Amino acid sequence: MAINIKFSEKTFQNKRREPSEYAEIALELRRDVIKSLYLAKSGHSGGSLGTADIFSVLYFGGIMRYRPEEPYWKERDRFVLSAGHLAPILYATLARAGYLEPSELSTLRKYNSRLQGHPGIDHHLPGLETSSGSLGQGISIAVGMAMSDKYLDKTDRRVFCLTGDGELQEGICWEAAMCAGHYKLDNLCWIVDSNDCQIDGRVRDVMSIYPLADKFRAFNFEVVEIDGHNYEEIQSAFDKFIDYHTHNNGKPFVIIANTFMGKGVSFMHDSYKWHGNPPNEEQAIKALEELGEIVELL
Amino acid sequence: MKKYEIKGNKPTRHGFGEGLAELGERYDNVVVLGTDVTGSVLTSFFKEKFPDRFFSIGIAEQNATTIAAGLALSGKIPFFASYSAFTAFRNSDMLRISVAYNNANVKIGGGHSGITVGPDGATHQALEEISFMRTLPNMTVVVPADYEEAKKATIAIGEMVGPAFIRFGRSPVPMFTEKGSHFELGKANVLTEGNDVAIIACGIMVWQSILAAEELYKHKGIKARVINCHTIKPIDVHTIVDAANECGAIVTAEEHQVYGGLGGAVAEVTAKNCPVPIEFVGVRDTFGGSGEPDELMEKFGLTWREIYASALLAIERRDTNSKSYFNIKDVAHYNV
Repeated sequence: MAINIKFSEKTFQNKRREPSEYAEIALELRRDVIKSLYLAKSGHSGGSLGTADIFSVLYFGGIMRYRPEEPYWKERDRFVLSAGHLAPILYATLARAGYLEPSELSTLRKYNSRLQGHPGIDHHLPGLETSSGSLGQGISIAVGMAMSDKYLDKTDRRVFCLTGDGELQEGICWEAAMCAGHYKLDNLCWIVDSNDCQIDGRVRDVMSIYPLADKFRAFNFEVVEIDGHNYEEIQSAFDKFIDYHTHNNGKPFVIIANTFMGKGVSFMHDSYKWHGNPPNEEQAIKALEELGEIVELL
Repeated sequence: MKKYEIKGNKPTRHGFGEGLAELGERYDNVVVLGTDVTGSVLTSFFKEKFPDRFFSIGIAEQNATTIAAGLALSGKIPFFASYSAFTAFRNSDMLRISVAYNNANVKIGGGHSGITVGPDGATHQALEEISFMRTLPNMTVVVPADYEEAKKATIAIGEMVGPAFIRFGRSPVPMFTEKGSHFELGKANVLTEGNDVAIIACGIMVWQSILAAEELYKHKGIKARVINCHTIKPIDVHTIVDAANECGAIVTAEEHQVYGGLGGAVAEVTAKNCPVPIEFVGVRDTFGGSGEPDELMEKFGLTWREIYASALLAIERRDTNSKSYFNIKDVAHYNV
């Protein structure tokens, strides 16, 4: 048995939406994640599925300012994927935003592909701001970018950065947090994908990072904790960040987004075992079916 | 043989600090990150002149490295400096991924390097950075010989595009290069003419090599070609291969481990192009210790005497086509 994997040509506009409109986008992104990982035969399914709702709002809800036709537009907001292993969801998002052809998603992790296993800017993928993959470094890079925007270029650009929660065990995250608070980086929006899963098990068992919100408050952050699958909550969290930044409240902003690893696919749901695995053929068929696509058998 | 005169003593860190301040004058997008030791590595000169382009990061070299990458990805030319022990090793993963892999235009100053930092002892005496730094793709590595050269090298790495590491020291060292002499990244300077043996050195060992060459001529009539190889990467293949071809014997000298540094780089070039006997002067696979710089240079074999003895051994190996098994760590057995 073999299956015919096709990527739709659909792209989505970046505009203010009703919360109910994001479901369709998130479904498309999740299907892309499953398909590209199935074809890659390796990679990280769980976190990519778990953050699909956040990416849907961030890139397609008029939150981030960017121009796919002009990737290096000087006034763009920047996104840094500190959790570099979530590359599949970032690539799917960039494809659906129009930075690349969705069909290119079939090259994920393959020889000479721009879609490296972990993001690498030496491969010149438009829309990608930095390489990442060694955990904790992305948020520190994002702090450097935010310092540049706020103090040197004095623009109103914003920097968004997504880290995992297990990632917060890396000490550099807290060096970066200290610095963001010290420099009052109200142009920085840090999103924590809080799913309590990492390779070896539950974050609370491997090395607890809790209490989390209090830690960020102690570093002078504005903290918002949300259900990372509730579009209304995601949207209002970003709205709040933009409002605070617009009014120069002088505090970096963190969204602790409580999510489920593997969200959208029943057999991956809330299972840390799906941190670093791709679906096999049978699992891909089942997953895509749950995501509303009947796969054509060859 | 060309004579070199000492025009006083000054630490190379002064050259770095002054060069950086001059870069600040020339370019608006040069920015500096402080890691609490600004008065030691003299990023303080820049800080006083350009406070708006100076950011204190605290004692956090890892964070400083990645923040520098973020600034570079935003079109800035960030410099950060601390003790070499912390700007090459504490932050090595950040250098590898965020700086080198990103090919980010970050400039790293490794100050208080080598054993001549003195009384602070082994923890603060970085002797391995040349080796590590030169293995990173995209990274340029420079080790200036004196104050003037440190200043020129600092300006040069600021004006090139891409990540670069500059290594400098705490203690005053002889000033012998001219303010107006030519300095070009990747182009070694031949300081003395000679075809009997080549002495290829960097940093403070260049002056010791000049002294060794004078003694070799005085006592043995040997004309040594002293080469100041200030840029370890990209290495000057032409100058080294010419020296190997024309001299047939080489001594390398560096204030660094004998493994993997300048000596390793020279050996890679000659092994591929023109294999000749090489003797390696450097720290022989051991950690440093407390003491005054002069005492430590004696103790760890970093004086003109080791270079002198090594030159005689390299010449002997060349002339006898010796098949003996030498360990890279063996000390030359000649007495001065």
